Amino acid sequence: MAEATVQPSKTTANRIEIVLIGLGVAALLALPFFVYPIFVMKMMCFALFACAFNLLLGYTGLLSFGHAAFFGGAAYFTAHAVKVWGFPPEIGILTGVAGAALLGLVIGFFAIRRQGIYFAMITLALSQMFFFFCVQASFTGGEDGIQGVPRGTFLGVFDLQNEHTMYYFVAANFLLGLFIVWRIVNSPFGLILRSIRENESRAISLGYSVQNYKLAAFVMSAALAGLAGAIKALVFQFATLTDVAWQMSGEVILMTLLGGIGTMAGPIFGAGFVVALQNMLATSDFPVTIATGLIFMVCVLIFRRGIVGEIYAWLERRRGEKPE
Amino acid sequence: MIFGIPIQAFAGQLLVGLINGSFYAMLSLGLAIIFGLLRVINFAHGAQYMLGAFIGYLILAKLGIGYWPALILVPIAVGLFGIIVERLALSRLYEVDPLYGLLFTFGLALVLEGVFRYIYGVSGNPYPVPPALAGGVNLGFMFLPIYRGWIVVASLIVCLGAWLLVEKTKFGSYLRAATENPKLVQAFGVNVPMLLTLTYGLGAGLAGLAGIMAAPVYQVSPLMGSNMIIIVFAVVVVGGMGSILGAILTGYMLGLAEGLTKVFYPEASSIVIFVIMAIVLLIRPAGLFGKDA
Repeated sequence: MAEATVQPSKTTANRIEIVLIGLGVAALLALPFFVYPIFVMKMMCFALFACAFNLLLGYTGLLSFGHAAFFGGAAYFTAHAVKVWGFPPEIGILTGVAGAALLGLVIGFFAIRRQGIYFAMITLALSQMFFFFCVQASFTGGEDGIQGVPRGTFLGVFDLQNEHTMYYFVAANFLLGLFIVWRIVNSPFGLILRSIRENESRAISLGYSVQNYKLAAFVMSAALAGLAGAIKALVFQFATLTDVAWQMSGEVILMTLLGGIGTMAGPIFGAGFVVALQNMLATSDFPVTIATGLIFMVCVLIFRRGIVGEIYAWLERRRGEKPE
Repeated sequence: MIFGIPIQAFAGQLLVGLINGSFYAMLSLGLAIIFGLLRVINFAHGAQYMLGAFIGYLILAKLGIGYWPALILVPIAVGLFGIIVERLALSRLYEVDPLYGLLFTFGLALVLEGVFRYIYGVSGNPYPVPPALAGGVNLGFMFLPIYRGWIVVASLIVCLGAWLLVEKTKFGSYLRAATENPKLVQAFGVNVPMLLTLTYGLGAGLAGLAGIMAAPVYQVSPLMGSNMIIIVFAVVVVGGMGSILGAILTGYMLGLAEGLTKVFYPEASSIVIFVIMAIVLLIRPAGLFGKDA
């Protein structure tokens, strides 16, 4: 996927990103007073999910077709921990994240044995296996899912039943998740991941144990996807099969592709766009699957850089025409 | 009695396994042919299989065209659809990462499934068994519905035919040569872009043929393709896509393994193929018949 990722000069990307971060955080704090909070919370969950996925696709060059297992799996683990074991939300979320990381370790262990297209097919097959497990396991509640998950009290102080408290709790987690992704990407570890994306054989010949790095990136991505899923379970107070189904794995790919593979901000915009579109279509007669499929086809054919990637490319071109 | 299981139940599940295996074999064969030349994993393969079943169902319901003509017409129709898709879209993606081909065909699969779901809902539509193949025979140890026996025989013929086409004909030799080195084959004056188009059409047509053959066994439903494609992907990972014969054999073997699991441990029957895939990945990461790691 290397050819789709634009490499903007450090300054352009940084300048845009600093402005975006400032605007984004301000908007995030103000939004619940203007928009239905649960809608924004949903967007944040999916944006974090897409950023976690992008850590793998955009920065390591691995296309996972099974990320729903980590997202939906964590939702189940958290819902179960909070509802049945009576854990407080912070421990519940940690349970979900740990579960997703473990799942990522197992699936990643098998998947990294093959590359490229096979990697995608293996992750899809193993996540489908997890889906069938969730259909049959007793703790997931089968077709009904886990309903009526209590939100609880964060650290025993903040009552998450309150919609605004919950909103800021989700926003804090979202920003924390994004910071972790940003930190990973801009660390020496992240640079090695990028070198694997650009040229795996060369990374091996330089002495890096590529398999270990891939597995580590896979587990981190799974854990962060798990964080998104765990929070979603608390926001909506249920966990169902929808979140572990293969369609969800497709959705997160679409969000990332549409926003811009390998850009920090891209998946956030992509997720926002897809969630808003689904919201719009939910009230219309037009089926979401068809819209999703069409956007996929258009993106792949003529829009491979995605929204943010195109903006970067445009800014780069403009800079090229008018040298400073 | 075999291992405490009545022989009728045993043979019955094995037959179901063999039938499923026939479809896995036909579909993974088409995937392998397409992948071999185009380097595209055709995610829409399941949707094209579903399309085949639906076209068969619709021409019977609207035009009264029955099973036997449909066996010819449906693969042609789905093959033409494939040719259009290849010309308009896939041919533009050969220069970029193969993963984009996977993503494009994934989108196509969503659209096809979505359209049929929108029009016909998710419930299955029955397709009658053709009169010539109705009924069954008593084999003494089990009752064999004739249509199911026909599926096994017909799928073997289709697989053998496809294998002969690729290994023994002039078209096949061009195809294999272009798989090895497309530029050289082009330099010898073979129209490689045309060959790519025909190959995708052939693969899609095979999926359509499998679809119309499946119509009387399973219900004709918009969801039949996506349920199938993920299993077929696992089959392809187990077999490795390097060899056509390997894809066929793996298809039948995994179908039988699934049938056997239904006899001894039904709870695991939906995941046994994925478990086998995981084991094969541990022991032989390139797949049972694969050469490419």
